[in-house]
Amino acid sequence: MRATGGPAVAVGDVLLSVENVSLSFGGVKAVSDVSFDIRKGEIRAIIGPNGAGKTSMLNIINGFYHPQKGRIIFKGETRARMRPHDAAYGGIARTFQNVALFRGMTALDNIMAGRTLKMHSNFFWQLLRYGPAMREEVDHRHRVEEIIDFLKIQEIRRVQVGRLPYGLQKRVELGRALAMEPELLLLDEPMAGMNLEEKEDMSRFVLDVNDYYGTTIALIEHDMGVVMDLSDRVVVLDHGIKIADGTPDEVKQSEAVVDAYLGVAH
Amino acid sequence: MDILYRIFLDPFVQMGTAPDLFVQTLWEGMVGGVLYALIALGFVLIFKASGVFNFAQGIMVVFAALTLVGLYNAGMPAFLALGLTIAVMFALAFAVERIVLRPLINQPGIILFMATFGLTYFLIGFGEFVFGGDPKVMITEQLYLPKGTVTYKALGGIISLQKLDIAAAIIASIMVAGLAVFFSKTRIGRALRAVADSHEAALSVGISLEQIWVIVWFAAGLVALVTGIMWGARSDVSFALDVIALKALPVLILGGLTSIPGAIVGGLIIGVGEKLWEFYWGPLVGGGTDAWFAFVIALVFLLFRPQGLFGERIIERV
Amino acid sequence: MLYREAGQFKTSYATDHAVFPILQDRIGLLIILVIAFVGIPLVGNDFLINAVMTPFLIFSLAAIGLNLLTGYTGLLSLGTGAFMGVGAYACYKLTTIFPNVNIIIWVLASGFFSAAVGAVFGLPSLRIKGFYLAIATLAAQFFLEWCFIRIPWLYNYNVSAAIEVPQRELFGIIVTGPRASAETRYLIVLTIVVMMTWMASNIVHGRIGRMWMAVRDMDIAAELMGIRLLPTKLLAFAVSSFYCGVAGALLVFLWYGGAESTVFSINESFTVLFMIIIGGLGSLLGSFLGAALIYILPIILRFVPPELGLSLHAATVEHLTFMITGALIVFFLIAEPAGLARLWQIGKQKLRVWPFPY
Repeated sequence: MRATGGPAVAVGDVLLSVENVSLSFGGVKAVSDVSFDIRKGEIRAIIGPNGAGKTSMLNIINGFYHPQKGRIIFKGETRARMRPHDAAYGGIARTFQNVALFRGMTALDNIMAGRTLKMHSNFFWQLLRYGPAMREEVDHRHRVEEIIDFLKIQEIRRVQVGRLPYGLQKRVELGRALAMEPELLLLDEPMAGMNLEEKEDMSRFVLDVNDYYGTTIALIEHDMGVVMDLSDRVVVLDHGIKIADGTPDEVKQSEAVVDAYLGVAH
Repeated sequence: MDILYRIFLDPFVQMGTAPDLFVQTLWEGMVGGVLYALIALGFVLIFKASGVFNFAQGIMVVFAALTLVGLYNAGMPAFLALGLTIAVMFALAFAVERIVLRPLINQPGIILFMATFGLTYFLIGFGEFVFGGDPKVMITEQLYLPKGTVTYKALGGIISLQKLDIAAAIIASIMVAGLAVFFSKTRIGRALRAVADSHEAALSVGISLEQIWVIVWFAAGLVALVTGIMWGARSDVSFALDVIALKALPVLILGGLTSIPGAIVGGLIIGVGEKLWEFYWGPLVGGGTDAWFAFVIALVFLLFRPQGLFGERIIERV
Repeated sequence: MLYREAGQFKTSYATDHAVFPILQDRIGLLIILVIAFVGIPLVGNDFLINAVMTPFLIFSLAAIGLNLLTGYTGLLSLGTGAFMGVGAYACYKLTTIFPNVNIIIWVLASGFFSAAVGAVFGLPSLRIKGFYLAIATLAAQFFLEWCFIRIPWLYNYNVSAAIEVPQRELFGIIVTGPRASAETRYLIVLTIVVMMTWMASNIVHGRIGRMWMAVRDMDIAAELMGIRLLPTKLLAFAVSSFYCGVAGALLVFLWYGGAESTVFSINESFTVLFMIIIGGLGSLLGSFLGAALIYILPIILRFVPPELGLSLHAATVEHLTFMITGALIVFFLIAEPAGLARLWQIGKQKLRVWPFPY
């Protein structure tokens, strides 16, 4: 259960379902026969010790890796082999463990890049930068500015992202993912490398995204405090196998989880 | 119908009816291949040890040859010139490593690659400036390299092999064998392989990167010198050799950037392939196909097996 | 403090998205255009126009082409020379088969042939990247170069395998061929280059430019944004080759007056690549600056030393050009990988606070 206040988002039907998914690289089994679901409007945490297969799991949902066994059902459709841009069009957005921003571009351009799949003006108008092309630029700029306001990154719009401090880079990356107006947002360790203050900010943003935009969120996170506070439900992986699945309280008390973490649990 | 016959049947018929010509062409291809392989070998050595793709290796070959001839023409006895050239190559390698490569250590590979383009251009200009741009004759006699041909009557016709080519093949084989033994059996060779795998790991076990690089560049310089002598002996020494060096790139693609046997196999395949292709199929399209055959083969490999025959698979992790 | 944005507020996103938002930049650009269109033809002599300005513009166009592919999209190409050649030979065939069509139309149309060829040779970019793709483009370079010699139809079965530019007119003025005046040719090249630069600028500042840069910076993340890699890369190859093809046609038709296959060799590819490395990868301004430096360098080396009392052999000039070019490449890659364009930006930054140091 979430510890913070604010209007609760109705936990609805299943948005994404992972069924008996197995993935191996050569001889290494990254994920073995894992099943869980993510319900619309919830914040689902995926946790586990290092090497548990969490990032691989996100990569599978995203379409980067294709599982040897099992399937993913997203919005009622079974996806056999999905490519990342199909995932994008389907409404799945993502941030990465090591910030995957476009370093040669400004923060504004990075977030505008997130609007690409909503921009359709054709090549001819792009050549002239007039008419439909210009109108589209301006329209999408409005939406991007909303996101910039939301994340409070107005001052660094025109700064090349390679020069920004780590915490701000993570925020820009979140903004870029939000620009896609996703139904499902995958966050891979969004708090990694942050101090307490930055973590609080980021937690607030994650909650607000869930509240304000209604976005379903799946996040990988190591900080147990964050996980317990933010998430509605948690799934725990260890060595590629699911060892617990339920609300934060249920999971905290599970013996298997405590064993896996060997007393590291919060 | 006629076209199909000419493409798919006739060349093989020709090979069968004049087997002596076929073997002759095969031999010429192999000799060319050996020389490509030697140039590729220089690339592989440096890439293996430092991860740097030194496009300028081709120009090093030319430079070595020019220095040797230049020193001899200036009055030095042949073997003294040889020794001095080795020293010059060594100094050159050292200078390149200090001035060009060291400052670019942390840059993405493509930047280093482009820097070696600049280096190549610089050395072309510099070499022409110092030695003059006209073609020179390699001092084959003075180095006791054999001249003349050996003729066999075989397969219904005549096959003649240049003694120099035979010598080239033997020398190349010795060099490759020597390098292979060096890498697998000696302590330094093992250290080199360690460095190729991971710089940090090698450092952590006490291997001095600088020492290794110096040794590798020296070896590459030696290889460049031998290559330069052999090439120069077959055709005059001039900067057109550098165009030949571009052909080493397809060899590397075929063999794999990190494999010494790959460089040899790749070189032989390209050398033989392009000679045979040009001789038997070339006339159908007007000839001159050896300008692009190697690259088209490389393209095909890049599409289906980018790591080459012997190279390591490249996996991209997110 | 001549140069600053203070007081220039943008009141709408549309004006904020302008390519030159700062007033001083716009004035500067206007001045440059006036000098280019009016000043040079009036004041410059034939040599300046014909041996310096016209080829500088043509190479700038080729540099823009390669920059779109290599600088903005991150796909290293060594086939620029060949793509320029495709444009030149296409234009030649078109105008000899249809001599009554306006030559300018054929110059621009020849770009489409280049674009098609470029897209075909860009197909491997689906599977290979970086240095390996560069080698694939070498296949394009050598194969096409071979075609220019071995397909006699391309040069109308001329015995010397060379093409000679026929005389063509535009509104009664002779524009190509030996009798066309240097000013006429310069103005046509200038107009085409200005227009195409404007269009390139529009493209890179909009959606397509962002897609290309995304592919360059992190193609995995780009795919995740819904950017389809192959169409984006192929578009880059096509547009880039279009620019190079038009540049090639301009080179032959409005400058050299003729050509043979050696004009579009691998050296050309390297020259243009060096222009964008020195000028600045990913910068249109850089394409011009790099073209200027690389192209003007040998001219300076030829004419300045005699003025200073040093006389240099013609061959020495060539050697020095190679040496200085090579050294500049290495220097820029080490010291300022973003090239002259970045130095220019730094200069403008200083102008903002001049006469104060910071």
